Amino acid sequence: MTDTITAPRGTTTRATDSRVTARTTTVKKRKSPRRGGSHTIAHIVLGVGGLLMAFPFIWQILMSLSTNAEVQSVVPTFWPAELQWQNFAEVFNRMPFLAQLKTSVLITVIRGAAQIVLCTMAGYAFARMRFRGRAFLLAITLSILMVPSQVYLISQYQVVQGFGWLNTLAGIVAPGLFSAFGTFLMRTAFLNMPQELEEAARIDGANPWQIFWKIMLPLARPSINVLAITTVLWSWNELLWPLVVSTYSDTMPLSAGLATLVGDKTTDYPVVMAASLMAMAPVLILFIVLQRKVIDGLASSGLK
Amino acid sequence: MTNSTTRTRLVPPNAAAPRVRRGGAAARRDGFWPWLFVLPLLSGIGVFYLWPIAQTAYFSFTEWGVFGGATWTGIANYTRLFADPQLYSALGNTLLYTAIVLLGIPIAVYIASLLNMPGLRFASFYRVLFFLPYVAMPTAVAMVWRIIFNGDFGILNYVLSFVGIDGPYWTSTPGFAMFAVAIVGLWSSFGFSMIILGAGLKNIPPELYEAAELDGATPWRRFRSVTVPLLTPSIFFVMIITIISSFQLFDLLYALLGSTNPILPKSMSLVYFFYSQGFVSNDKGYAAAIAMVIFVIIGIVTLLQFRLQKRWVNND
Repeated sequence: MTDTITAPRGTTTRATDSRVTARTTTVKKRKSPRRGGSHTIAHIVLGVGGLLMAFPFIWQILMSLSTNAEVQSVVPTFWPAELQWQNFAEVFNRMPFLAQLKTSVLITVIRGAAQIVLCTMAGYAFARMRFRGRAFLLAITLSILMVPSQVYLISQYQVVQGFGWLNTLAGIVAPGLFSAFGTFLMRTAFLNMPQELEEAARIDGANPWQIFWKIMLPLARPSINVLAITTVLWSWNELLWPLVVSTYSDTMPLSAGLATLVGDKTTDYPVVMAASLMAMAPVLILFIVLQRKVIDGLASSGLK
Repeated sequence: MTNSTTRTRLVPPNAAAPRVRRGGAAARRDGFWPWLFVLPLLSGIGVFYLWPIAQTAYFSFTEWGVFGGATWTGIANYTRLFADPQLYSALGNTLLYTAIVLLGIPIAVYIASLLNMPGLRFASFYRVLFFLPYVAMPTAVAMVWRIIFNGDFGILNYVLSFVGIDGPYWTSTPGFAMFAVAIVGLWSSFGFSMIILGAGLKNIPPELYEAAELDGATPWRRFRSVTVPLLTPSIFFVMIITIISSFQLFDLLYALLGSTNPILPKSMSLVYFFYSQGFVSNDKGYAAAIAMVIFVIIGIVTLLQFRLQKRWVNND
């Protein structure tokens, strides 16, 4: 590839290496016309890479529509001879899918709502209110961020057991209602907001709750979105905690249900594929619909 | 407490630096209102986090009877743990996993820079493709990876057979199992790194490139002297997140290898080791000691990272 490209100020660049070419064009606001050559290579790299990333999903769909014999044939049958839609129906016979779906939806919605309410309130107070012990309480809360979840897992289990919540929705949900990360995120959001609005409202006689609810909360929308996204992803996908507190398959959420579905040798692969597609589908569809919001939200917060 | 300060530094370069402003101008106190705002959260944090952390620290010095009840055994759990070869094998596996997943970061820098090209068509479509694995449920995607990695009929070994490689039984051979898990880990965390790095790239002012170009810098030189130094804060952030989450490896391992896999004792991650002692063998005192050791290891690694970052991260 030896196309020479005229850059705005008359310098000429010879593109010899695709990687380098690609990088030069990361420069924004170039006035030069689109560089056909470099884009072609970018499309090839991104296309191949994207296909590799998407391949497991494509394979999963194909396998979910195959027979078990087709899945296990040594020379892969890429396209099933006949599409086996009944594999999806079979899922309902193999696992209490609807009960687990209900659990997954409930824990995700309840945790999402609770974290939004509790973390915005606490985050606001930590950012904008004055009270005795604020610095200490904040430090204690944030220090939890440094502790890996295993450290509290055992005795969280004990606490939940003490409440008599093993194998209940309450048990799976409870610890996840409270989030140090969410508090940190919301506190940062409120710290970055202008003070003038609050002061004006205070002069007009609004009480702290009204200031929070009517003025500050609407302004925090972008960060609340980030909190909602991370909570939904984490809550839907999390495995360890539900696996620990629920031992009956009909009280488990889908993540734990799937993990315990698979026997080791004699597995009905197509049905497992169908089940995992069905388990992922709600969040994947939500992501594809809201892709801009999710990606921009996570990118701007930069926090998982 | 220094924790809060270290955490704040985790705010990535692309977010606006939090400007700490104290409440009101005057030394006003808000009476009972703040408590109304913080107590609901703090009570939960106390019951479900602070108390359990203290409990676990205590449990790590006890032994649990079959019918419950903990007896104080001093540092017995720790002496047993440090003599336990499983700890070192789990630590080694976790480090191997982390190392392989970290290899995804340079690739993510490259892909992010491609996606950042001005006027690139289908960019958001590509972005979705690369990001999809990150939002997918690990247990669900592990199921298809089991088929892909299958030693008898997996498509990976089928493809390898074309280049004359007789593929192993990936998920049931000790050395290869961890490698397989790490490939899936890299695949699923890649999108997140790419997004963060992409946001970092967008923040590099184009004027710098123009200036470098005027000075006659070659594209490679511009990449090395402009892009990389200005991207180091994002790279550092992504590394920290990747390392911390890699040390938490559990879901993928559990779902990919299966809970009854005979090679598990040799292919455990630290967290799996903890889980198997605490909730399979029900040796909760020992598991508590493992948890404390994981805590310390992650703490040391994070601290080291922050120490080392001064050498290579450009924070201006």
